[in-house]
Amino acid sequence: MIDLPALAVSLPLLGALAAVVLPSRGGLFGLVAGALTTGVGLALAARVWLEGAVRSELGGWGAPLGIVLRADGLSAAFLAMAALVALAITVYAGRYFGGSERRRHFWPLWLLLWAALNGLFLAADLFNLYVMLELLGLAAAALGALAGTQEALAANLRYLLVGLLGSMTYLLGVALIYTAYGVLDLGLVAELISPGPVAASAFALMTGGLLLKAALFPLHFWLPPAHANAPAPVSAALSALVVKAAFYLVLRLWLEVFAPVLGPAVVVPLGLLGAGAVLWGSWRALRAERLKLLAAYSTVAQIGYLFIFFPLLAAIPAGAGREELLAAAVLFALTHGFAKAGLFLAAGAVQGAAGHDRIAELGATAQALPAATLAMALAGVALIGLPPSGSFTAKWILLERALSLGQWWWIPVVVVGTLLAAAYIFRFLGRAFRPEAAPQRFVTEPRAELPALALGLIAVFVLGLAALPLWDLIGISEAAR
Amino acid sequence: MSPDVWLPAAIVLSSMIPGLIIFLVKEESRRLRTLLNLAGAVVKLGLVGWMIWGVYAGRVYESRMTIAPGLELVLSADALSVLFVALSTVLWLVTTVYAIGYLEGSPNRSRFFGFFSLCVSATVGIALSGNLLTFVVYYEILTLATYPLVAHRGTPDASRGARIYLAYTVAGGVLLLAGAIWLQARVGPVEFTQGGLLGDMPVEMHPELTLIFLVLLAGLGVKAALVPLHGWLPQAMVAPAPVSALLHAVAVVKAGAFGIVRVVYDVYGVELAHATGLLGILGVLATITIVYGSLKALFQDGLKKRLAYSTVSQVSYIALGASIFGPVATIGGVVHLVHQGVMKITLFFCAGNFAERLGVHNVSQMDGVGQRMPVTSLAFTVAALGMIGIPPIAGFVSKWYLGLGAVGAGAHWVLLVLVASSLLNAAYFMPILFRIWFRPEPRNWPQEHPSAGRFEIAGTLLWPPVVTGVLALLAGLFAAAPVSPLQWATLIAAREYGW
Repeated sequence: MIDLPALAVSLPLLGALAAVVLPSRGGLFGLVAGALTTGVGLALAARVWLEGAVRSELGGWGAPLGIVLRADGLSAAFLAMAALVALAITVYAGRYFGGSERRRHFWPLWLLLWAALNGLFLAADLFNLYVMLELLGLAAAALGALAGTQEALAANLRYLLVGLLGSMTYLLGVALIYTAYGVLDLGLVAELISPGPVAASAFALMTGGLLLKAALFPLHFWLPPAHANAPAPVSAALSALVVKAAFYLVLRLWLEVFAPVLGPAVVVPLGLLGAGAVLWGSWRALRAERLKLLAAYSTVAQIGYLFIFFPLLAAIPAGAGREELLAAAVLFALTHGFAKAGLFLAAGAVQGAAGHDRIAELGATAQALPAATLAMALAGVALIGLPPSGSFTAKWILLERALSLGQWWWIPVVVVGTLLAAAYIFRFLGRAFRPEAAPQRFVTEPRAELPALALGLIAVFVLGLAALPLWDLIGISEAAR
Repeated sequence: MSPDVWLPAAIVLSSMIPGLIIFLVKEESRRLRTLLNLAGAVVKLGLVGWMIWGVYAGRVYESRMTIAPGLELVLSADALSVLFVALSTVLWLVTTVYAIGYLEGSPNRSRFFGFFSLCVSATVGIALSGNLLTFVVYYEILTLATYPLVAHRGTPDASRGARIYLAYTVAGGVLLLAGAIWLQARVGPVEFTQGGLLGDMPVEMHPELTLIFLVLLAGLGVKAALVPLHGWLPQAMVAPAPVSALLHAVAVVKAGAFGIVRVVYDVYGVELAHATGLLGILGVLATITIVYGSLKALFQDGLKKRLAYSTVSQVSYIALGASIFGPVATIGGVVHLVHQGVMKITLFFCAGNFAERLGVHNVSQMDGVGQRMPVTSLAFTVAALGMIGIPPIAGFVSKWYLGLGAVGAGAHWVLLVLVASSLLNAAYFMPILFRIWFRPEPRNWPQEHPSAGRFEIAGTLLWPPVVTGVLALLAGLFAAAPVSPLQWATLIAAREYGW
């Protein structure tokens, strides 16, 4: 059988190497490697769904010595999302960077980032996770600096340093575990770990480092300038995928390693910070004067919702009940991935046509690009959490569980966050209605607008109405094999 | 596959699919757009006719789809939903014709008709919703689909009106959502059940259920324009006339009123709502709204504004009917859902015609309009008299049953409300009718536009109010006929009260 997990990491890596060797053909390599990687990602998710968890031991060396990749339901869900979002970004970037000099740097870095992302979703031991995390951070900061402006350089230098600090802190936690138990494989750590100060400190260090990378309030300070100043396809990747990877890792580590030994109280702070993020991020998005800054602050807020799920997950004993809520959290993360990438790509198209992204002056351009505006509207629907988007379903389940678990205090946070989101989305969309004559065509710039529109449609209709298989998928773990 | 399973979904899709295609239609392809619009409307009409026949014969239609464990989208047809679906479908067809004429030559029509179709799909979805989740979903989609219609003209006024509309309806939507989730967290999936779902809940749950009802009512009250949640309605008048017509007669306010009826009868059940005192609260709110709306209408010079406040007042008859414990009042309330729609849409069509042809926007400019535009004026007159409650026009039938039901239920104060409100109705409509017919024409009209064609105004603008005006008359004249709205409302009341 083909080793899909290994391919998911090595294909983009090979593409990156090819793009380094022949930079003038970067776009072609990017597209080919991208299409193949997407295919592999989807095939792997399909195999997990049909046949159960997949484990791949590179070179036949198993744990604890060799490198092990594994895909269970949780990884498969994120992998599939990353595959589709990254494909849309790849198609878009082909036009965005076109013949410009920057494409020489973009394609190798972008494929490297994709490889690191897939590696992170598939890695099964703490050190490999660290390597992927570091690689991801480096590629991301370098990509963000491609915009070349003074602000972008400053913002991404900070992003780089914050990222390094985050992964170092994570590594400290890993070192602690390794010293105490002598193993790094997630499964082995989970077997050996016992309640106590080591577990608590390792959890604090690893999670703390990852929260910095996930930009959870109040550690989000680096995100808005970095995401808002990057080139549009890079912003999309950073907001939709890179931040999500840190969240994935927090979730994975907590579920697999720490939840059984630490009490539910340790994740309550995560929920509280999440609530802060929802309120603060939404408020700042409402005050933002530039479209991409709005989108960046909206990411801060949306990440907050993801962390509100933690205290609720902790209040449910492990089992089918928790998995049901877990799937809702994953659905929320996936919907945000598609929606935010769509928003950034469409914003890039509008920015490209207008030459700037000042919200107050964008109305005419938005009206002239109906497909891009529709993409933003669909993304907006998903960000607000209106039906029939995936985030509506996720929020419904979140609120219902919050009520039935007696943790009603999350409800006002979600309600206020939702209202603020509606306000900041429509503050922009409302300007697209102007008395001028209509645009003659629905799509003006197919390679820019159609990827954005596709992402928006998936976020709203596919994840909203056809996400039921996700609940089966999330239930698939290695233990259940 | 049996039509029992796909018919409800097909009815929603029959306008949604043409709507989505229309977005892609080039601006200048007028024929193709008109074809899509009318094809959708006619197909929907056919499907609805089929469904009415089926429901009458006792068939059960239900489309189901699971979106997450414990969350199901259900579209089903009972007598009440069929009533609302039929109203929406017929009036949509008429309004589409009107809108095609009204927007002739104006910009951004593909966008307009796309959202117009989505708006009706959402309304029909609301009507056919078989549980509270589905209702909430379509309720929010309706908000989203109407916003671009209100903002359509793009003027500063339009943006402002649309913003206010959105602020109210999104806040209302979130309240409704919160209430729905709260209820579902307590009792499980809330399927609409004839006679009520919560009737057997233990008494100690009643205080919490009461609280949930108030949250739901606040959410629904925004769209139903219950005072003090009505502030958006007069502001939304900046929309083009066909949008106002649809908003007031079918789509938005009716969605709110319909939701209230659904929650009272098919979620709580009228007995529980009565026992917990919720009907009393609803009755007081409805009464305040009826009187307040009429009073405000009295002082509006802008014709559309006056009509808007009249809507605030009239729609609450539906809530009033639901708030009286007794089947006869229920009939009055439910049938008003249809009667108010037919009459109010006529009034808005006519107001649009006056503005289009003569530039008449205010009541004070309406002197002698009847001589220039006799047919439109006649339709306006019929509808206005119906609103006041003059027999044999539809509005009279509603008020008659409301009054009869109130007396039967021992709620004599309702008679007082009806009399006061009818006097107020007369006080704000009669001066208009007097100006139309008995004042001389002015030398110059505010802004006269030439008319294309033989009639006082283009046929696409003239026939819709004539058709709806005639419908308003027929609904009253033939109220006792077996297929009238009144008989259908009687069927609904009979099933809700379990005769």
